[in-house]
Amino acid sequence: MNLCVLTAHVPDTASVIKVGAAGNRIDETGLKWIISPYDEYAMEEALKLKEARGGTVTYITYGPARAEAGLRECLARGGDAAVHVKGGEATFGDALAVARVLAAAVRKTGTFDLILVGVKGVGSDNGLVGAMVAELLDIPHVAGVTKLEVGEGSLTAHREIEGGAEVVTAPLPCCITAQKGLNEPRYPSLKGIMAAKKIPIQALSVADLGLDEGTLAGAEAGCRWRALSLPPAKSGGTIIPGEEDPAGAARQLATLLREQAKAI
Amino acid sequence: MACILTFVEQRDGKVRKGSLEALSEAKRLATAAGWDVCAVLVGSGIEGEATALGSYGASAVYVVDEERFARYSAEGYAAAVRAAVERCQPEALFLSATALGRDLSGRLAARLLVGCIPDVTALKLADGKLEAVRPVYSGKALATVEPGGAKPVVFTLRPNVFAAEAVGGTARIEKLPAIPADIRAVVREIVATGGGELDVAEADIIVSGGRGLKGPENFALIKALADALGGAVGASRAAVDAGWIDHAHQVGQTGKVVSPSLYVACGISGAIQHLAGMSSSKIIVAINKDPEAPIFKVADYGIVGDLFQVLPALTEEIKKLKS
Ligand SMILES: Cc1cc2nc3c(=O)[nH]c(=O)nc-3n(C[C@H](O)[C@H](O)[C@H](O)COP(=O)(O)OP(=O)(O)OC[C@H]3O[C@@H](n4cnc5c(N)ncnc54)[C@H](O)[C@@H]3O)c2cc1C
Ligand SMILES: Nc1ncnc2c1ncn2[C@@H]1O[C@H](COP(=O)(O)O)[C@@H](O)[C@H]1O
Repeated sequence: MNLCVLTAHVPDTASVIKVGAAGNRIDETGLKWIISPYDEYAMEEALKLKEARGGTVTYITYGPARAEAGLRECLARGGDAAVHVKGGEATFGDALAVARVLAAAVRKTGTFDLILVGVKGVGSDNGLVGAMVAELLDIPHVAGVTKLEVGEGSLTAHREIEGGAEVVTAPLPCCITAQKGLNEPRYPSLKGIMAAKKIPIQALSVADLGLDEGTLAGAEAGCRWRALSLPPAKSGGTIIPGEEDPAGAARQLATLLREQAKAI
Repeated sequence: MACILTFVEQRDGKVRKGSLEALSEAKRLATAAGWDVCAVLVGSGIEGEATALGSYGASAVYVVDEERFARYSAEGYAAAVRAAVERCQPEALFLSATALGRDLSGRLAARLLVGCIPDVTALKLADGKLEAVRPVYSGKALATVEPGGAKPVVFTLRPNVFAAEAVGGTARIEKLPAIPADIRAVVREIVATGGGELDVAEADIIVSGGRGLKGPENFALIKALADALGGAVGASRAAVDAGWIDHAHQVGQTGKVVSPSLYVACGISGAIQHLAGMSSSKIIVAINKDPEAPIFKVADYGIVGDLFQVLPALTEEIKKLKS
């Protein structure tokens, strides 16, 4: 079973975000970078499938030079090959452009039974790339998967919806986007970290894929982040001390919610 | 005439509120710019729902009513909506950012080879150009996003942010002919979790509990307040990871992103990943015994105190006010 994991390298979720000089991107100074949290579920599922069924796990990332560290971190947990498509600054945030690059990279890299993606990437917060890559590759997809069984030539997946789950079947090849609950991601072992160092990371340019990043971010862009700003800080709220007289505080709060906030 | 097409989502034959919000926003923008508003409704046995969409501003409703669309599939619905797009050639396509809307928007945008701007919280239409604002970096920043050149760019609108308003009017209803669709990923069944209770993603009022609750049994205090307010029960990841409540209730970065009109956080410290899921709520209330808890920094109202004493008292006060 040949498995492909698409993984984005993103700022740590606890990072303080500042707007960079360009005005439409964040200031990257001093940020710590991690594998996007949902991609860890995608990765873990791929490694478990490989352990159970044999085959290979290939990681693909599209990002600037620093994204290579993310691929190393993936390989440290297991897996066989990694492809780094260099670039991505100009197209950042545009799921269509990112998906076009990734779909082309998948095509160039091999044929896969299953493509595993995170349900949402930190930063862009788009939650679109999985479905888009699947459509561009003309394969089915199941998004927000919390349970997966892969059989011969088909899979059954549970996908989270409001108030329940859909049980979906699809033929392979297929793409799934991983949701929390799918599995418990493993930590890399020392042995894994050492073994990962021996695996070469294949570097590709966007041009190697027959695409032009300037055009993807320009004439053919799906969308562009024109500006980035920080949300307005909340001015001090009304905080009621309630240690001495909890009932009185509760009464005061209920009245404020009704009369001032008009929330009830 | 330039037009905005809104995909109207129905569940069990009932149009969902988020879609009426999206349709209303399309109408507000279009009226100011002199554009037209159309809607597309997909399902089985749903034709009767189309008429009411006229009063929310649609001048035409395209209906795809076929047995194979009784259940949602990204591939099938993408084919159906594409047929409506071809029919009315819109400038933009709006969907509500529900689980279905978010899933469909990606498949559809890639099929049309157009951009998609998801989870939008504000929209502007000036000089014939749409522009959106959306939270990014888990709500720590706001991006102003402009569509690329290929039309129609797809926007998904965050539920509970835009007002749904009936403006009166009637729509021309047009049934679209049978649509060929190759549906490979098929929904076999829908399993309900949580016994049909209100989902946080859809609730207008949410009461959430965290580690401060000390144990699963104390979610009863949260439930009692939620019931009194007519809201849903949410939770922090700490409470979910401890096994006190199902993940479906989790609010935050790896849970649901919500924008209710009232969010009450009880025994929740306000970690950045929790704030990521709820900081765009209209009114935030915090109940925490630690006056330094970061949740108070985003709270509009708060009580510093022991939730085991405050919550039952607050539930009683709400019941009194409501009776
Ligand atoms: C990648 C990643 C993703 C994450 N995603 C999420 C997510 O989606 N959602 C989420 O919530 N978290 C998420 N987290 C976890 C987050 O960092 C916090 O650990 C979590 O939110 C803490 O939950 P809590 O506030 O319930 O617990 P704590 O931080 O332990 O806070 C408990 C609070 O209860 C108060 N308290 C205790 N007793 C009482 C009492 N008797 N009366 C009143 N107050 C009391 C305390 O003062 C304290 O403020 C994520 C973390 C990471 C790294
Ligand atoms: N630049 C990228 N390189 C590789 N995978 C990506 C990239 N961007 C997004 N993805 C994948 O797509 C998922 C969803 O991303 P998004 O649609 O941006 O929220 C992520 O969790 C990754 O699995």
